[in-house]
Amino acid sequence: MQILELYVFVLAAFVGYMVISRVPPLLHTPLMAATNAISGISLVGSLIAAGAAHNRVATILGFIAVVCATSNIVGGFLITDRMLRMFKREAPSGAKQPAGKQG
Amino acid sequence: MRDSLIQVSYLIASVLFILGLRSLTRPDKARRGMQLAAAGMLFAIAGTLLNHTIIDYRWIVGGLVIGVIIGYPMGMWVPMTAMPQRIAISLTFSALAATLVGVAEYHTDLLSGELPGRAKMAAIGFEVMLGSITVGGTIVAAGKLQEWITSKPVTYKGQNFVNGLVFLGVLALMVFTIVDPTQEAAFFVMIGASLIFGVMLVMPIGGADMPVVVALLNSYSGLASCAMGFALGNVILIISGSLDGASGFILSILMSKAMNRSFTNVLFGAFGSETTAATGKSSAGLTVRSIGVEDAAIQLAYAQLVIVIPGYGMAVAQAQHAVRELSEMIEKRGGEVKFAVHPVAGRMPGHMNVLLAEANVPYDKLYDMDEINGEFDRADVALVIGANDVVNPAARNDKASPIYGMPILNADHSKSVIVLKRGMSAGFAGIENELFYDRRTSMLFGDAKASLTGLIGEIKNV
Repeated sequence: MQILELYVFVLAAFVGYMVISRVPPLLHTPLMAATNAISGISLVGSLIAAGAAHNRVATILGFIAVVCATSNIVGGFLITDRMLRMFKREAPSGAKQPAGKQG
Repeated sequence: MRDSLIQVSYLIASVLFILGLRSLTRPDKARRGMQLAAAGMLFAIAGTLLNHTIIDYRWIVGGLVIGVIIGYPMGMWVPMTAMPQRIAISLTFSALAATLVGVAEYHTDLLSGELPGRAKMAAIGFEVMLGSITVGGTIVAAGKLQEWITSKPVTYKGQNFVNGLVFLGVLALMVFTIVDPTQEAAFFVMIGASLIFGVMLVMPIGGADMPVVVALLNSYSGLASCAMGFALGNVILIISGSLDGASGFILSILMSKAMNRSFTNVLFGAFGSETTAATGKSSAGLTVRSIGVEDAAIQLAYAQLVIVIPGYGMAVAQAQHAVRELSEMIEKRGGEVKFAVHPVAGRMPGHMNVLLAEANVPYDKLYDMDEINGEFDRADVALVIGANDVVNPAARNDKASPIYGMPILNADHSKSVIVLKRGMSAGFAGIENELFYDRRTSMLFGDAKASLTGLIGEIKNV
């Protein structure tokens, strides 16, 4: 069972390395925000800790973890989207751009 | 049935996360891709809520609601200039979540009398260790970036020795708890020591080295999630954690390379603390040519190609909107404006790009160092705004200089250089910049934003 998980870890790390090393420096800040949002996946573990009703301590710790992870997910995806919305190409020159070539 | 539904939801989530990250290779596809990743997150959450061990939903709902209330302003209202500390804080959150889940898991196992096996205990150990190192480190990093704590390196004699000792202690405690999981006290002392180690690790690191540190802590928090996945036997945690870890790892390597320094040197070198003694050339006998706003405006107004080099100073002066306005003025007069962004300009990877994009500079005008360095030879003006070490020719030709070997922007190859700077203070590394004494260089002293506003006004009159 543990070996299977090691397989997953190694392969996922490879995929991550391949995919992420192709992200241009232009988008490195959005990349960090995006991986922050994805790291909110620790919510998965937090939900189980908070909801399994094992004992008081686990429930409280799980609850705090749920708060942390959820705020990362919500905040992370929102801010990534906000940033990516700002990255615009130059408006094509033929369009309604205030043609300012007279100098 | 339930279990396979959960597994399918995790599979969908993993695929969507990877597709989302892949979309970040193209600025025009990125937004759509990240929306897919967000949908993937919803799948993962919905799947988890089906888990049969969850029997009480009250705390979960409360946590989700509070999390949304905290997360929304963190996503929508934080200004782009505060991005580095915002990222640091969210790393704190994700590492804290990992640590707390690890503690909860350990506590539950102890109470139930069913002691965790070696492998599980090792996973929990790594989870809480990496998690609390990251919590300690990111809090200090955020404090430094927000300037609640001095952004100068805090050092003392024998620091590396003490840090090494603390880290060895942490490892020893971890091994101890793996061998005998009933040692609760040792487990919690390990968490405390890891927190302290995280704080001590980042305290000696100066502001300009923050890009490396933030990226490195990012990879730690990813690995902490990974360890959580191993402890809980949960594959989606392992996959997302390793994606996160890989991203932080790649970024910290890129940043170190861009400073021509090794990882260890950034972490243990405390750059800028003792370099004043080691500086190569002194400024004695050299003169600086100061320029007024009018003359600078004339140079810019008649330039064919202007290359703007933004640095942290631009962020501090909040001058990015003025820069965009100035570049539009120059373009209106028929000149061409390009932006040259050094990989470590600013306080986090890609910091300058985000600020300029926010100010509506189209991204096809933002160039990486390798793309633009060949073009300085035909540039009429290189306009340096609040950047220093990344244009210091000493990196190329002064072997005694601490930044020797660091790849720099070839500002000194252009026909003339205008430097916007507050005063003649040396850069972060405490090194004199001979570019400022070059005969083609003129210095426009003053606050960057005020100078730019002045330039905009003057160019209108040219």
